[in-house]
Amino acid sequence: MQEFVEFTLGGVSDGVIYAAIGLSLVLIWRATRVLNYAQGAMAMFTSYIALIVINATGNYWLGFVVALAAGLVIGGAVERVVIRPTAGKPHLNTVIVTIGLLILVEGVAGMIYGSKNRSFPTPYSIVGAKIGSFDLGQGSSPSAVFTAVAVLAAAGLLAVLFRYTSVGLRMRASAFSGTVAQLMGVRVGRITTFGWALAGFIGALAGMLVTPQTFLYPNSMDSIFVLGFTAAVIGGLDSPVGAIVGGLILGVLLNYVTGYVGSNLPELAGLALLILVLMFRPSGLFASTATRQV
Amino acid sequence: MTLARHVGLAIVGCVVLLVLSSKLDAYRQYQMAQVAATVVAVAGLTVLIGISGQLSIGHGAFMFVGGYATALLVIHLNWPLPVVIVASAVVAGLAGGIMGVAAARLRGPYLAGATLMLAVALPAVAYQWQGVFGGDQGLDFTVTTPGFLGASFQLTEWQAWVCCVALVIVFVLLANLLRSRVGRSWRALRDNETAAALAGLNVARLRVLAFVVSAACAGVAGSLLAMTMLNVTPGAFTLALSIQLLTAVVLGGLGSLVGAVWGGIILVLVPPFLTDFAASHGFSSASASVPIAGYGLVLILVMLLFPAGIQGGVRRLLGPVAPAAAGPVGAIGRRLARRLEESPGAETRQERSG
Amino acid sequence: MARYRKLGLAPVTALAALSLVLAACGGGTPSSSGKLQASAPGITASTITIGSHQPLTGIAAPGYDEIAPASNAYFQYVNAHGGVYGRKIIYKYLNDQYNSSITTTVVRQLILQDHVFAIFNGLGTPTHLAVAPFINAEKVPDLFVASGCACWNAPSTWPETFGWQINYIREGKILGSYVAAHFKGKKIAYFYQDDEFGQDGIKGLGYEIPASQVVAKEPYNVAAANPAAEVGTLTAALKASKAQVVIAFAVPAFMALLRLSELSLGYSPQLVSSDVGSDPITLSGLLDAYAKKTGSFGTSLIQGIITDSYLPSLGSGDSWIKLFTTIHNQYIPKLPMDGNVLYGMAAAYTFVQAMLKAGRNPTRQDLVNAVNSGLPQGVSVAPYAYSATDHDGITGAYIAEIEKGVLVQLGPVQVTDNTPTGAVTIDSTPQPPAPSSGIP
Repeated sequence: MQEFVEFTLGGVSDGVIYAAIGLSLVLIWRATRVLNYAQGAMAMFTSYIALIVINATGNYWLGFVVALAAGLVIGGAVERVVIRPTAGKPHLNTVIVTIGLLILVEGVAGMIYGSKNRSFPTPYSIVGAKIGSFDLGQGSSPSAVFTAVAVLAAAGLLAVLFRYTSVGLRMRASAFSGTVAQLMGVRVGRITTFGWALAGFIGALAGMLVTPQTFLYPNSMDSIFVLGFTAAVIGGLDSPVGAIVGGLILGVLLNYVTGYVGSNLPELAGLALLILVLMFRPSGLFASTATRQV
Repeated sequence: MTLARHVGLAIVGCVVLLVLSSKLDAYRQYQMAQVAATVVAVAGLTVLIGISGQLSIGHGAFMFVGGYATALLVIHLNWPLPVVIVASAVVAGLAGGIMGVAAARLRGPYLAGATLMLAVALPAVAYQWQGVFGGDQGLDFTVTTPGFLGASFQLTEWQAWVCCVALVIVFVLLANLLRSRVGRSWRALRDNETAAALAGLNVARLRVLAFVVSAACAGVAGSLLAMTMLNVTPGAFTLALSIQLLTAVVLGGLGSLVGAVWGGIILVLVPPFLTDFAASHGFSSASASVPIAGYGLVLILVMLLFPAGIQGGVRRLLGPVAPAAAGPVGAIGRRLARRLEESPGAETRQERSG
Repeated sequence: MARYRKLGLAPVTALAALSLVLAACGGGTPSSSGKLQASAPGITASTITIGSHQPLTGIAAPGYDEIAPASNAYFQYVNAHGGVYGRKIIYKYLNDQYNSSITTTVVRQLILQDHVFAIFNGLGTPTHLAVAPFINAEKVPDLFVASGCACWNAPSTWPETFGWQINYIREGKILGSYVAAHFKGKKIAYFYQDDEFGQDGIKGLGYEIPASQVVAKEPYNVAAANPAAEVGTLTAALKASKAQVVIAFAVPAFMALLRLSELSLGYSPQLVSSDVGSDPITLSGLLDAYAKKTGSFGTSLIQGIITDSYLPSLGSGDSWIKLFTTIHNQYIPKLPMDGNVLYGMAAAYTFVQAMLKAGRNPTRQDLVNAVNSGLPQGVSVAPYAYSATDHDGITGAYIAEIEKGVLVQLGPVQVTDNTPTGAVTIDSTPQPPAPSSGIP
């Protein structure tokens, strides 16, 4: 019973990280209909910036804020400089550009910082909670709770943004049809940049929250990105709620499989889950937009 | 007629490659084999993505299947090499069929996500059943040159021959397929799926077939690479391999078999070139990352400057020049170029790829 | 590969006469005097070129990417002090990203294109297994593989290949013998990498530790998508087994994750670790950020870990450490002076020993013969096993404990073999001090 609780809570805290990456991917997808394969690498880069600040000033929260700000700036800059020129060209080119960006960012990080695994701080303790002598496991530590709260708050803010603000409406309009939106007076370019900046912000948040466990090195976000992408796909790329649900299900499932079945099988289980969900819901669990009909 | 032309070209190509390989030293022969194998994989993938319009970021998984199938067949059954290669293609094609069926209703980024997870998860099979697949260390096997070539024939030259011949055969098959009704149906499907369905095409079956064909090609490539390295390990079939295949497809020129050649050449020859370049400036690990950053930069720049890939750039260069090349040679050259490529307007109608 | 021209009778007679004259002049054995020649591929009158494959980037790079630069630093030191019989060593190590298909390519490049004299310290078990058959088929010396797999000891199938570091089975036996003696009756669990490294280690442990004491065996997959989650669940299982001693055959990143999971679960068994995962500097570096929170340093989180070592301890200040620290400060001051750097320099020292023994104008076979005839103990705490029938390297180690961030020796050096029944015995030969010149 104790193991079950530990695995579940641990899975939730892992799943929340996948959800965060998934959220940033959903954001970019909803805003610009592009999938940013470099999202994880950008989060790794902002984590390096945070680490430099933290080591220099001894202040975690300063580093945290700087990372989030850097995520905003880098996300917007990437859209403007690298992604914007691919508009109007074949869609697959944008895919390759983001992949090129992924490789470039990892290479640059390796050049500047070397490939050493670096230790990364958490703001709160990692000691798990107990009820009497009953361990609740890693997922119940103050650090894990903070992670969950931060991600859920970010998701909530995003939901509010998309639904209830005019900025959100404009973002959805430009993604759906840039030309029409422009005709309606939407500054598509600026909205797109803003969407990418926001995604960079959330990605940087995910990076700050997960890097203590992965240690920081140029490839540290690679597999987290894959899991985050999977979470977003399971939940439906148009749905922030979907990313959260997808992340949680994935996190918990992987933990159960590792704990009860074997440590070689979680990825296969994730694949099975993904295929299963997509066979019944080809656009994810929370697919809201209908496919285009003739 | 088309078949005869293709076969004729194939024979000429074979002879050229075989003569070329005999002139190279052992290391270049090995590289030639690598390039040939990679081009096979890229060709299959360019058919899937460029012609049938389905995005896969996980084709390394099918190379994994082909490679391990080859290792297991050679170790346990010791079949002759051509049979092994065909059998590996069949096994990989089967895996592709399964994936195609599971993913038949998936579009764009959803398909991308499914194939991405496939590439990440499938090598875990080698770790889970270590008795069969050898776990982290993988499987070793030996390949010998056939008796009729004589005892002193260089193994590397034989490996290069096998890879080149396989490449030519695959190209002939793919070129014929693309000119056939299936190829036209794929293009129709890619350009407007609803219209294609209304016209009576069986969308699901065509999509699965594309997966089968491209996975079989990847299986052949995996088999050829295994045969060249004489070893398969899960660490050789990383997610990075799948991503590199995708970049090679688009860099070379989407939907173009000639583009697949460019892509394969770049994939095999550019990284060592960049590494040597970085090495001449020192050996620290910081400079070991320079080739990586360089490759990323190359990808971005080529996509921004040559949106139709290298083959598109070549076509643009040859376009205004070609009419000036008068005479029968020029005419043959132009017809050759046209025969080997797909229609130029193809890649601009990609709306669904995510 | 060297081509041997057939000599007619007259030149042979002349050569014989010449060498007799030189010997009579008191120049020692013919091989240690005479002009320097290009006696083999990779050897010129002034240089020796050797090659290696190393993970300089990628998931295996952290830590391991220091080894080759450290070896190179030692070679540069030797070059600056007369070289090997006056020749400078050129060390060409290529990045294989721990990917065996890239290893295959770079090793072919080194041998077929760069014509290196030998392959030195190729790193990684799966990576080197992919190229060992090729290297042996090309008859290139394959010295001191950077892996503790027992498979490098195969003189009949791979006559060119030699191990160097203590192999994992021996290590398991030495650790196991200590645990069995000092933790009688306690519950023991294993935490190990699910490949050759971990499995060989467990095999060795099993030869010494009574099976009744082992309450859990938790293997981990090093290629897992989320290692922290994986280690978290495995640690929960270890805790549930109530093991009082956990023996780990894990790489540093996973050791650090194990420690973090233990802290988060409030579980503190006695940790016993293979040498591979126990370098104090690497480990404490990985745990530093967490330790800072509690106002201390990473070293406090690794206090008391029991491990083994086959090289002198960095904290011992003995002559070898002084020598290597001097070289480190001069040539690679930016790298930390940690276990990886020590390893790289020690392996390089051994290579120079072998090269000096191979003679003034060595062929590739001369180098192999030099190791086959045995190498004197030098930088390692235990003797080498090298012989024509045994290509294993270091045969023993001492048990140590991590105290205040350094390894403190707990007991004498012990040696053993790879067999289930071979005893673990105390090694009576003391380690020689480092040569004052720093060159063997």
